[in-house]
Amino acid sequence: MLDTIVNCAYIAACVLFILGIKKLTKAQTARQGNFLSALGMLIAVVAVLFENDVMASWSADWVMNGYLWCAVAIAIGCAIGYIWSKKVKMTGMPELVALYNGFGGLASALVAFSEFLENPTGEDVISAVAVGSTIFVGAMAFTGSMLAWGKLSEKITGRAILFKGQKPINLVLALVSVAAIVIFAIPDFDPQLKFIAILVLSVVSLVFGFTLVLPIGGGDMPVVISLMNSLSGLAVAAAGFVITNTVLIVSGCLVGASGIILTVIMCKAMNRSITNLLFSGFGATQSSASKGVQAEPKSISAEDAYLILEAAQSVVFIPGYGMAVAQAQHVVKELAAKLEDNGAEVNFAVHPVAGRMPGHMNVLLAEADVPYEQLKTMDDMNPAMAMQDVAIVIGANDVVNPAAETDPSSPIYGMPIIKAYEAKTVFVLKRGKGKGFSGIENELFSKENTLMIYGDAKATISSLAGEFGKE
Amino acid sequence: MILLLIFIFVLASFLGTELISKVPSQLHTPLMAATNAISGISLVAAITMCARSATGTLAMVLSFVAIVLAAINVVGGYCVTGRMLEMFRDKGGTK
Repeated sequence: MLDTIVNCAYIAACVLFILGIKKLTKAQTARQGNFLSALGMLIAVVAVLFENDVMASWSADWVMNGYLWCAVAIAIGCAIGYIWSKKVKMTGMPELVALYNGFGGLASALVAFSEFLENPTGEDVISAVAVGSTIFVGAMAFTGSMLAWGKLSEKITGRAILFKGQKPINLVLALVSVAAIVIFAIPDFDPQLKFIAILVLSVVSLVFGFTLVLPIGGGDMPVVISLMNSLSGLAVAAAGFVITNTVLIVSGCLVGASGIILTVIMCKAMNRSITNLLFSGFGATQSSASKGVQAEPKSISAEDAYLILEAAQSVVFIPGYGMAVAQAQHVVKELAAKLEDNGAEVNFAVHPVAGRMPGHMNVLLAEADVPYEQLKTMDDMNPAMAMQDVAIVIGANDVVNPAAETDPSSPIYGMPIIKAYEAKTVFVLKRGKGKGFSGIENELFSKENTLMIYGDAKATISSLAGEFGKE
Repeated sequence: MILLLIFIFVLASFLGTELISKVPSQLHTPLMAATNAISGISLVAAITMCARSATGTLAMVLSFVAIVLAAINVVGGYCVTGRMLEMFRDKGGTK
């Protein structure tokens, strides 16, 4: 009887998760969706406390009482999670998501490893495969995410690190992992060998996550984060097979699908295939084919830029990672508001891979109170680009590089870009005269209608905004 | 039983793909944070394991750690998503 109720609760939780994600498709209902999803989680967690296995752990001796230990662990986790979520800055969001991906993966891997310790012989083939796969995917998601976090927070160099024999090493690691899972799953196999197989699997998966992410540079982080997100979800689904729990399978699949879709979107936005991304080491393989003499970019002072802006009827901002680094989102909003007061139409064109994670720029601009309607996607904005009086590129580089359309020898050739160069005047805010993150020459900077404004993006924007205040 | 689970797995994958492809790019970051929270459902598995394994064993210690991590994901994920969506909503309201 109780069993049936628990299972019904799981069904309810699944429904709430699905409804929650459905409501996340619109900004108006998204908050409600988040609430529904959280409610589903609460129901699922309460339900598991009434499972037979869990109820059996109740004991009068409090040290032996499973509930007590679970409660303590949940309390610790909730406290950390709550405080952390309140303290984190919006610019630190990519790092946070990377860490959460890692935690999710590790939690699933630990669950599978505990199951293995409790039942080390793996007699049942299916659950043995499930245990092995969960450890494999979960451990990979863990080290991969930790490395991504290190790169994002610049604790390690964000550059692509390539090492010799990388492809064969990854291949060997993958094969060893599969072999270890197979050995563990063979019924009646030598238990000692099975034990060793799982230990090897654990170590190899941890290393694999590391070597997989190592060659990927900082500019490609949106893909890595999405991919790790997906892996952490798949680990949860696999853990669902370990403890034969449907709610884990459904939610793990939802997360896994979400991560994969985001990965595909990000890859498309960079015109690269996922295999190419994982194994090529973008940024490290740049062709040094500098063709001909490029015109020296023209630069302009903030005061002169103001005069052009004042006359502009339509202005589009094109933000990139540089805006996040300079923490310029609030002054950008200030400038945007002043331009609007001045009668100009203001929009923001956001490239799918701008920043370090999917939707990174949107969150920052939303934090600065930029209206949701002004946040345009690349596809929405591009047709109207030729009508724009001024395009202001803030800390973006590759996503506005015309070489992606014109130069087949460019590493980013074929990547869809925001056609900033079509605007009547383009301002490019840049820290210095050096190349961008990917080290690719940007023709936009030397175009006839492009004016560079060098210096800290935040300082530049606030002085522009300040000029408007003078009258 | 196993076939049923695989059946669920396949259906859920299709459903997830359908649902998520409708999320606009503006909301991708909140979506990721929300899915982080949902993947914290491994909390359920961790609780089961923690209760199944006898007190003081290594398995129990590991599940204990897993519960802590999963709970961070759940609470942190939902709170952060809420914070982000709060920012998206305000603009709609004041318009």
